[in-house]
Amino acid sequence: MRIEDPKSFLRNYAGPPLRLMEVCGTHTAEISRCGLPSLLPQSIQLISGPGCPVCVTVSAYIDRLIALAHTPDTTVLTFGDLMRVPGPAGSLAGAKAAGGRVEMVYSPLDALQLAQENPRHTYIFAAVGFETTAPVYARLLDRAAQEGLQNLKLLTALKTMPAAIRWLCQNGPGPNGFLAPGHVAVITGARVFRQLAGELGVPFVIAGFTPKGLLSAVAALAALAGQPACENCYPAAVTEEGNPAAQQAVSRWFMPCDSAWRGMGVIPASGLCLRPEHAVFNAGGAQLTEDAALNSACRCAEVLTGRLSPAQCPLFGKACMPLSPQGACMVSTEGSCYHHYINHRNEVPTL
Amino acid sequence: MCVALPGRVVSVDGTLATVDFQGNTVRAEAGLVKTKPGDYVLVHAGCILQVLSQEDGDFMTELFAELEELS
Repeated sequence: MRIEDPKSFLRNYAGPPLRLMEVCGTHTAEISRCGLPSLLPQSIQLISGPGCPVCVTVSAYIDRLIALAHTPDTTVLTFGDLMRVPGPAGSLAGAKAAGGRVEMVYSPLDALQLAQENPRHTYIFAAVGFETTAPVYARLLDRAAQEGLQNLKLLTALKTMPAAIRWLCQNGPGPNGFLAPGHVAVITGARVFRQLAGELGVPFVIAGFTPKGLLSAVAALAALAGQPACENCYPAAVTEEGNPAAQQAVSRWFMPCDSAWRGMGVIPASGLCLRPEHAVFNAGGAQLTEDAALNSACRCAEVLTGRLSPAQCPLFGKACMPLSPQGACMVSTEGSCYHHYINHRNEVPTL
Repeated sequence: MCVALPGRVVSVDGTLATVDFQGNTVRAEAGLVKTKPGDYVLVHAGCILQVLSQEDGDFMTELFAELEELS
């Protein structure tokens, strides 16, 4: 259903109260930056779910990366997002300051050049991300295999969305609808979310990333009124079938595995790990399930599953702020706590 | 982390492409899509994930032209 004036539609919404969840960190960031929650009536609550890959990564994974950074002849390569995430053993930024070898890269392909130039040095790529990023790692491995590189490996913490969405709906009162992650859907296709809608009995709307696109998607979700359907509000990039070449690349290198999510524990078949035949590129990761907070009062786990608003955490805005984060949700620029703090998200609606 | 930015393909060399983002050009992996110079594409972590529709590309061209006038 196309709604001509989504702002008016939402302002005049008179249906039942709705709790709608976004499960994409980039959506969380854009929704917060553009102040979308302040345009919603009080009966529609927009909550941030487990869509930030850095936030849902367990502390054992961070600790393992730190240990690798202090291993002789080894360098950890990572995107910037992960650098400041604190675990019981500190952060990667702390490990680098203490003499550990940690390098930030823009693209996994940057790792190729490093591995080619220093064949006696081992490079471990912190392979964190969802369906969007998995094909990028697959292409990295395609190229590493073509070049015959033996000194580049992945420590995997790759996750896939459907199992986590099922978990949210089956453990406690689930949301009344989901804003489906647009760039995950670019890879998987809309069909994955259409199947989930039918299976779980809740609506999904695939959303783009502009303020207008997000507003339209929220209105479309409200208009679906609980019907188990899926609408694609990001047709410029998302097709029904997704990107088949990317899906094949991922299947060539990875297979489903159980994966540990902060706040949800180990969810069966919710992750991706390297296939056994590609062991030469495998630095592990699948067995890292322990999760311990830097601060025992940190409530990131409940925030990530929508059971708690960031402001309800006793540390929020006190001990835990962007410059002194106690949990990943305050570190990441896609974290729910970060945006509640920086953009005052979800304060009293002003309609 | 799933940030992906739209850009315009300037040239393609095998499975690598040069993509222009409003004046900044970067090399991007192009092995997951069929693309050619002039296409508008979505790039995530240095990898092209999707070729955008012509309609969307035209919209972006207009948008960038407007931004140019404002600057």
